Amino acid sequence: MSHQRLINRKPSRALAAFLGALPFLMLFFVYQWGSDLRRQENPKDKLLPAFTEIGTAMNELALQPSARTGEYLFWQDTGSSLRRLSIGMGVAAALGLVLGLAIGALPLVGAPLSPLVTAISLIPPMAILPILFILFGLDELSKIMLIVIGVAPILIRDLCQRTKELPREQLVKAQTLGANSWQVIVRVLLPQITPRLLDAVRLSLGTAWLFLIAAEAIASSDGLGYRIFLVRRYMAMDVILPYVAWITLLAFCTDWLLLKLNQRLYPWYYANR
Amino acid sequence: MTSSLLRAFAAPLIALALFSASSPVLAKDKFKVCWSIYVGWMPWGYGDQAGIIKKWAKKYNLDIEVVQINDYVESINQYTAGSFDGCTMTNMDALTIPAAGGVDSTALIVGDFSNGNDAVILKGKTALKDIKGQKVNLVEMSVSHYLLARGLETVGMSEKDVKVVNTSDADMVATYGTKDVTAVTTWNPLVSEILAMPGAKKVFDSSQIPGEIIDLMVVNTKTLKENPNFGKALVGAWYEILGKLATDKAAKEQMAKASGTDVAGFDSQLASTKLFYKPDEAVKFTKSAELKKTMEYVAKFSFDHGLLGQGAKDSAFIGVETPAGIYGDSKNVKLRFDPSVMQMALDGKL
Repeated sequence: MSHQRLINRKPSRALAAFLGALPFLMLFFVYQWGSDLRRQENPKDKLLPAFTEIGTAMNELALQPSARTGEYLFWQDTGSSLRRLSIGMGVAAALGLVLGLAIGALPLVGAPLSPLVTAISLIPPMAILPILFILFGLDELSKIMLIVIGVAPILIRDLCQRTKELPREQLVKAQTLGANSWQVIVRVLLPQITPRLLDAVRLSLGTAWLFLIAAEAIASSDGLGYRIFLVRRYMAMDVILPYVAWITLLAFCTDWLLLKLNQRLYPWYYANR
Repeated sequence: MTSSLLRAFAAPLIALALFSASSPVLAKDKFKVCWSIYVGWMPWGYGDQAGIIKKWAKKYNLDIEVVQINDYVESINQYTAGSFDGCTMTNMDALTIPAAGGVDSTALIVGDFSNGNDAVILKGKTALKDIKGQKVNLVEMSVSHYLLARGLETVGMSEKDVKVVNTSDADMVATYGTKDVTAVTTWNPLVSEILAMPGAKKVFDSSQIPGEIIDLMVVNTKTLKENPNFGKALVGAWYEILGKLATDKAAKEQMAKASGTDVAGFDSQLASTKLFYKPDEAVKFTKSAELKKTMEYVAKFSFDHGLLGQGAKDSAFIGVETPAGIYGDSKNVKLRFDPSVMQMALDGKL
């Protein structure tokens, strides 16, 4: 025991949980302390508001109807953002699956499309915003399209790679057994690609949030990104900080749910890992 | 063990010390002010490059660093957080950001007021009342929003009659080109860009509420009190720079170029700006009773939009001191219009 090498020593479950929580606790106290320090000098400091103030601000946004519109702003923002994100990711995932599979499986489709997709995936969407505005307007469509344009090319390229990585022997075997092209794609490739799609979606969620927040900052009347950029105008960190924490939590939950979904739907995918 | 623990904790400690507010030091000699691109503030950039600010700082044995910040709101936030001793901003933002954030601020220099630089523009319509029921793209909670509210009042409407869509100023011109956008409220040089596009018609502008959108150099009141020479150096430099702008063609050319236009374009922006070239005009404007009235309008608008902070129960929550009297709570004065240093410039005492 005493001679166990460092690389073989593992923390117990309880210790691991404690060690995992420790940095968060430290962040919490460092924040508290910094906030107190600044408030000693200026009791109304806006940069690092006290937790009580954050509570008051969030109570107003989440639990009281807005005086001007009668809506619960926090939930309205969350609903709008999640709707845009899920539609955008849904479209991007569908495109990723169909095009990625087609390009990866059919050389005749890959030849014309592959270079195009690569080129498009390298264009930074934020740099061509004026063109996107003209094409898709300023309403919901443009916000969803920004996510699609930002994420779909990455998914397509990734799934195309994953398709090509599948063992060649499987395709040969299926053909030997008499499968035609359609049957190979639908019965051999598609089932193996779908869990990889969910994996790719999980990895690109961060990118999707980035584009969503950007779209909402540019022109909007609700959404989590809208609120953050709006109240930034008067430095209301008591709203911005809990919104950021909320976005982080939402992103974490989405990621976790997708992982669980994938494990439940495709247990074999995780079997030999 | 102890030393490694110490080390582990020392790093966050040092980080904290850095981002906590600067400790109070009396009589300092190094100051930082920031500014952002706007017709009425271009003189700061020129004065920095031409060495005029340095010259005046030297006269008072000070060191004043002038920093240009590309993001206007960020510059005010940085000032409010304590990174700068002074910053250019409008009267409304001075009230809603530093003053509402508890940073006692003084409008050291009243530079100009917008006299047409901010405008409401409709597409294919000719009168302000046609705006009813339309979506209006603007930077929410900015002076544009204030201008729209004041404009709607003049035709017996209120914000309820339109739908405001928050739109980044950086994308205002591009979005105007889309068919979704039929009404915008924005400021120059965006106004002139948009008016050059087909169907655009200006239906209301800031010349119809003269003197209400004021561009200032705001400094930290405590810093100014402890270091009166800092104020003197800034004001002295400011009027020397404005003298250059009025008489020196090369100076104007440099400011025009820095703001991304040519002399003709800069002149047209100056035409819709009431710039106080001489301290007498600025002092007179600051002392007038209208300024107090204006700040009352601004405070009401800000309170209605929740900009005065959580603690505010009414629009008089924050006191605004003007030579004509205090608007609001005299026990909670956080914004002061003080013409005394501009008066010194007028009297030739700098």
